[in-house]
Amino acid sequence: MSVREDVLGRLRRQLGRTDSTSAAARARVEATITRQQSGPRAAADGVLDRFVERALAMISTVDRCATEAEVPAHCAAWLRGQALPTTLVVAPALAALDWAGAGLDVRIGAATGDDLVGVTGCFRAIAETGTLMLCSGPQSPAVNSLLPETHIAVVPRQHIVADMEAAWADARRELVPWPRAVNFVSGPSRTADIEQTIVLGAHGPYRVHLLIVG
Amino acid sequence: MEIRSMHFVSRVRQRLDDPELQRNLKRTRGRNAASRAAAVAAFPDFDAVRARATEIRASVLRDLDVWLERFEQKATERGATVLWARDGDHACELIIDIARRHGVRTVVKSKSMVSEEAGLNAALEAAGIRPVETDLGEYILQINDNEPPSHIIMPVIHKSKEQVSELFARVHGTAPKTDIEELTHEARAVLRPEFLGADMGLSGGNFLVAETGSVAIVTNEGNGRLCTTLPRVHVALTGIEKVIPTLEDLATLLRILPRSATGQALTNYVSMLTGPKQGGDADGPEHMYFVLVDGGRADLLGSEFEAMLRCIRCGACMNHCPVYQTIGGHSYGWVYPGPMGSVLTPLYQGLDKAMDLPHAATLCNQCGVVCPVSIPLPELMRTLREKQVERGLRPWSERLATRLWAWVAARPKLYALGTRFAVRYLRWLADGRDRIQVMGVAPGWTAQRDFPAPAAKTFRELYAERRRGGAA
Repeated sequence: MSVREDVLGRLRRQLGRTDSTSAAARARVEATITRQQSGPRAAADGVLDRFVERALAMISTVDRCATEAEVPAHCAAWLRGQALPTTLVVAPALAALDWAGAGLDVRIGAATGDDLVGVTGCFRAIAETGTLMLCSGPQSPAVNSLLPETHIAVVPRQHIVADMEAAWADARRELVPWPRAVNFVSGPSRTADIEQTIVLGAHGPYRVHLLIVG
Repeated sequence: MEIRSMHFVSRVRQRLDDPELQRNLKRTRGRNAASRAAAVAAFPDFDAVRARATEIRASVLRDLDVWLERFEQKATERGATVLWARDGDHACELIIDIARRHGVRTVVKSKSMVSEEAGLNAALEAAGIRPVETDLGEYILQINDNEPPSHIIMPVIHKSKEQVSELFARVHGTAPKTDIEELTHEARAVLRPEFLGADMGLSGGNFLVAETGSVAIVTNEGNGRLCTTLPRVHVALTGIEKVIPTLEDLATLLRILPRSATGQALTNYVSMLTGPKQGGDADGPEHMYFVLVDGGRADLLGSEFEAMLRCIRCGACMNHCPVYQTIGGHSYGWVYPGPMGSVLTPLYQGLDKAMDLPHAATLCNQCGVVCPVSIPLPELMRTLREKQVERGLRPWSERLATRLWAWVAARPKLYALGTRFAVRYLRWLADGRDRIQVMGVAPGWTAQRDFPAPAAKTFRELYAERRRGGAA
């Protein structure tokens, strides 16, 4: 007997399964998946302010601009202000912006270990926790928010939703096929393993800069 | 991991007598409890979310067989391979097979307590495959001659920065430094090339989402993301009890896991991974495997210990346990310390292998109160104590004493006489004070604390006096 059959067999025995209770269990499972029942959720109002407040609490930095066309100039100004490199690796989803016009040296594609600044969009942003929801795909490599020391995320204002449940509902509707990786990112990478002292930049980015558009 | 829980008492004594460990434990004692308390106070829905989280975990266990099949079906549809492991040793065999099949020489690991259960690092090394722990705490332990973790989410809580500094200087050949930021960044610099060069990434799994066939991984450092994004092969190793139904359930559990663990509203990273790289994807592993371990879990289903399978490994029980906070995690002698470990270790490793653990608690129920999935930990420890008695595992002296007591207690007159003498004896020991400092017949009892002196008369005596209408 395979280990799979052995384990499942023992589970069934422990649960006292018969044909009819197994069928009932299968029906229960499918009904639960279809129902998608939520627990207590976050408030749905004031999402922009809450997102900004929570993102700052998670040690992200936040900037705003009115239109997508202004994104490269805002990125350039922030990078120069922080004395950070102006050589960027940008997710293909944002390839159409005029990066060179803002004096930035940009490569479109997926980050490697040598890239210092990575730029991404975001599928949704979650107000409850100040979190980015990044979905991997041909236009949005997962590594751009991971390997570089600095991560800049472009957050369209209408992408900010109240909570993770709202983001999942949008993802179910819009993301076909389902992305390989859904990464929720709340500020820079950190650790408190040594004497419970928080240090930023454990393995991922040292800084996460959010540029809200609109 | 080899179990050493039968030497609990001597292990505890060693650790109580270790001034450096005691200093280190004292430094962080109560900090996690305070962080959790602040997070709960700032989140009015906590109790409602806790009730919902408990119900989600309990409902999965009621149909665990079908949930696992549903998870397997979805994961397989997305191109992942789902493997089942009888126990830790079998999980190691399966993972070594996967590694050989794909020509893997180096495995980068993000934190997995199931891999500690399995003793995976030793098994990989014996098979000529190099495991590299990448969680900062786990990395520190690995380079310190494979020391076991002392906490399930803060593995080096027992170490000081000076100890880490000395270790890094010795192993990395760098100048000693005690700045925690510099130490952290030194580890980052050492580990970055390992991520970029590894052939396989091994992760644990905080949750398996049946709706999508995905594994959800909760981390702060980002090492979990690196391990599951860069190498050609990703293996997610976890227990069969980790399934949850839907994405909504994941949202609910993520509101309670980080708050209970570190007091964070959410960890820095939560990754939900579904299958290998798809057509057109710019990154991700080419092969994805799930190794689902039984290791004693299936036998708990439907038993009086079923509630233990709800556990989401947050560590709140140990963070609030006065015993754990004093003796440290290594005393417990296996993978899981604190109250949850005192229940799991005897259940997974054998009642007779961990005789003292169910007794290593004051039953104060702080752990039960803070558990995010409402596991009645003290009750489970009490049930384990009963099992020890039922199976005749307690020492003869204790069995004799209990029988003697039962015999006396069943004879009211004898009992009344006995307590009368006992009360007077104890008051004589107290010598007019309200505390007994040295217990005559059992001096061990008062070695670390005083014993309260009893009232002058027993309840029975007072009751009898009042019935007679005498002065109280």
